[in-house]
Amino acid sequence: MSIKHNEINIANCCIQVEDCCVEYENILALDNVSFSIPKGSFIGVLGPNGGGKSTLFNAIAGLENITHGKIKINGESPQKSLGKISYVPQKEMINWKFPLSVYDVVSQGKIRGGGFRNILGFSTDIVLDSLMKVNMYEKKDEMIVNLSGGEKQRTFIARALAQESEILLLDEAFSGVDYGSQEDISDVLKLLASGSKTILMSTHDLNSLSDRYDKVLCLNGHVCAFGSPKEVLTEDVLKELYGVHRDRLVDHRIGSH
Amino acid sequence: MLYDLLIEPLTYNFFLQATLVCVLIGIVCPLLGSFVINRELGFMGDAMAHSVLPGMIVAYSMGINAFIGALPNAIVIALVIGLLVRRVKISSDTSIGIIFSFLFSIGLIIMSIIGGTRINLEEILIGQVLSVSNLDLIITSILSVTVISITLIFYRPLVYIGFDYYGATVSGIPSEKLDYLLLVLLSIVIVVSLQVVGIILVIGLLITPAAAASLMVKRFKSIIIIGIIIGIASSITGLYFSYHLDLPSGPTICVVSTMVFTLALLRSIILKK
Repeated sequence: MSIKHNEINIANCCIQVEDCCVEYENILALDNVSFSIPKGSFIGVLGPNGGGKSTLFNAIAGLENITHGKIKINGESPQKSLGKISYVPQKEMINWKFPLSVYDVVSQGKIRGGGFRNILGFSTDIVLDSLMKVNMYEKKDEMIVNLSGGEKQRTFIARALAQESEILLLDEAFSGVDYGSQEDISDVLKLLASGSKTILMSTHDLNSLSDRYDKVLCLNGHVCAFGSPKEVLTEDVLKELYGVHRDRLVDHRIGSH
Repeated sequence: MLYDLLIEPLTYNFFLQATLVCVLIGIVCPLLGSFVINRELGFMGDAMAHSVLPGMIVAYSMGINAFIGALPNAIVIALVIGLLVRRVKISSDTSIGIIFSFLFSIGLIIMSIIGGTRINLEEILIGQVLSVSNLDLIITSILSVTVISITLIFYRPLVYIGFDYYGATVSGIPSEKLDYLLLVLLSIVIVVSLQVVGIILVIGLLITPAAAASLMVKRFKSIIIIGIIIGIASSITGLYFSYHLDLPSGPTICVVSTMVFTLALLRSIILKK
């Protein structure tokens, strides 16, 4: 049913996670997690709160040290891959009080390292181009704090485009974003994945899995399943993830009441 | 009349020196203060100012320049506070509060042991810019130029980590090192400001002009620029008031900058209606 990580051609792997464990104060947040993701995939990471989605993202991003196993990003450790990944943390982790415009945020994608290389200005072309790709050019002078949830996410995606990284990690990117905006952003992300960007996005939305993602990683501390949305959305997997019956989750959608 | 009010004081060397110090402080305080207000580091700044008391007291008692005691004291405290906020599992406010009250107390105890008569506590607590020496002016200039240069060099990544610390780290920015750098810069600004407004009022000079600017303009860059204009204007205006009305310079400068803040607040309320 689920695709094992070693079934994928390793040479084409962008992200390889092998027997990865992360432990907090004797509690295993990630327990022997293994999977491989080829370049140009759009992967949804599904799981309950506390299921280890953010921990996994942090480990891939190099923000979290793993206690066992290994993670390779294009053959290198996450810590050596800093700068090659764009990371959009959960919105609670952003300091929205910092007064920046949309343009200011997108241009952060061009910041390189910590020092002297950033004194000289950089070409604004890629920043403006990135803004146009996500339909945010018209709003480039607006303050980011005043934008809707969907517009904020578009801005972060534009920043990732300006950074020109191969991998994009989006943690709970659709939290507080209306359905229409989710669809628009998904279209942009699908387009990026087809252009060889590898995208991982954590999600709670069961109803849109098959429309949006190439594959879904089901995570509840350990990998419950990894495969195409149709393959993983089974009663057993959903029960393992959420402890309730499939029908109660899948049928919980607009118009079902 | 205008000559007596504005030009005549400048013919005295001590006033000219005080004016130059005020200009420098008026630049560096809002420059760092803009980061302080937008990263909610106000309490940390206040704590760092109080924590330099032991170093200043020791320097005063030994008859050496207060900078020599205060600066290393402030830098070490900045790094210790930065470390504690990250590593200790109690809230940052709590650990900062414990450290600064401890060090302030140590400073007062040292003062009582070595004899309070040799030390002008009022000058340490509320500042006395009109008594700055040539050496003070030189050190203030060197430190201010250093702070301005380093802040400009690291401006973009400092803004990035202030807005999105984790996103910045993953994109390859040494966020932790830059966080410590910001605290060290802040500690230097606090030390150079002490001669103008003293330990107790330094937080006012640090945050009030930047806060007033944030009510007038939106973008971070603009807040820094307008904050610097307000910082220079209010410190020099306060200096003139204190000279002509024989008032303590530190508190007068703080009152003037608070009046500017009040005007900015009223303006923003009126514009919202």
